[in-house]
Amino acid sequence: MAEAARPQAETKGETTAASRNAIAFKRELTGVIPHLRAFARGLCGRPDLADDLVQETLLKAWAAQERFEPGTSMRAWTFVILRNAYLTDMRRNRFRAEYDETVAERVLVAPAGQESPLHLSDMHRALLTLPPERREALLLVGAGGFSYEEAAQICQCAVGTIKSRVGRARAALAQMIDTGQLPRRSTGDAVAHDAIMHELDTTVQSGH
Amino acid sequence: MSKDKPMKTLGARRRTSARAKSPEWADGLRRLYDSVVEEPLPDSFAQLLDKLDGDEHG
Repeated sequence: MAEAARPQAETKGETTAASRNAIAFKRELTGVIPHLRAFARGLCGRPDLADDLVQETLLKAWAAQERFEPGTSMRAWTFVILRNAYLTDMRRNRFRAEYDETVAERVLVAPAGQESPLHLSDMHRALLTLPPERREALLLVGAGGFSYEEAAQICQCAVGTIKSRVGRARAALAQMIDTGQLPRRSTGDAVAHDAIMHELDTTVQSGH
Repeated sequence: MSKDKPMKTLGARRRTSARAKSPEWADGLRRLYDSVVEEPLPDSFAQLLDKLDGDEHG
C-alpha cells in the first residue's frame, strides 16, 4: 500500500497536524450551530424542519472540511452550505414557509402605554410571507449582522442585488406594518390586533 | 414643569432620528435571530459531531 511506503516520521507529522486541524474544525463548527439554527429557523419557519436542515448542513460541512480555510469565517462558510441545502430541499418541495404556532410569544415592540405589543411571532410570520431570496437577504443583513458584501458572497450574487433585496424586504415589512396587514395569529384577538396596528402605523409613519 | 420640558424634547428628537434610519420593528429582526441563538442546544447536534468524529478515528 502507498501509505505503508511513506517514511514513518512524515506520516506521523501529517497525522498530528491533521488531527489538530480536525479538532479546531470541530470546535468551530460546534460554535456556529446556534447561528445555523437561527438562520434555518428564519428561512423555513418550523423548528423541527430547521433543525433537520442544520443536521444536514453539519454532515455536509464535515464531509467538505478540507475545503474550509482556517482563519476564514466558519459562520459564512456553513451558511453557504445551509442555504444550498435549503434551496435543494425547496425545489423538492420539502419545505413550505409555515409558521409554527407553538413557538412561545415574545415581545418585540411595546409602544408606551400599549397593552398588546408586536410579538416575535408576528414578525416571523411577516418574514415568511416574503419571497425566499428577499427573506434570506434580510435575515443575513438585518438579523445575522452580516455586511452587504458578506451576504453577497454567501448568496453568490452582486452586492447591489443584496442591497436591493434587503431594501425591498424592509419596504414589504414596513408596508405590512403600515397597513395593518401582518398575517394574523390563528387564535389572535382581532380587536387587539387592530389596536396594535393602529399604534404601529402612527409610530412607523412618523419615522418616514 | 420647566425642568421636564427640555428632557422630553431631547428624548423625542433622539427617538425620531433613530427611527429615520430604521423603523422601530427593525430591531425585532435581530431579536428574532438572537432568540434562537440563545435557545438551549439539543444534544443531537453534539452527538452527530461526535459520531462523525468517532467514525473517522475509529
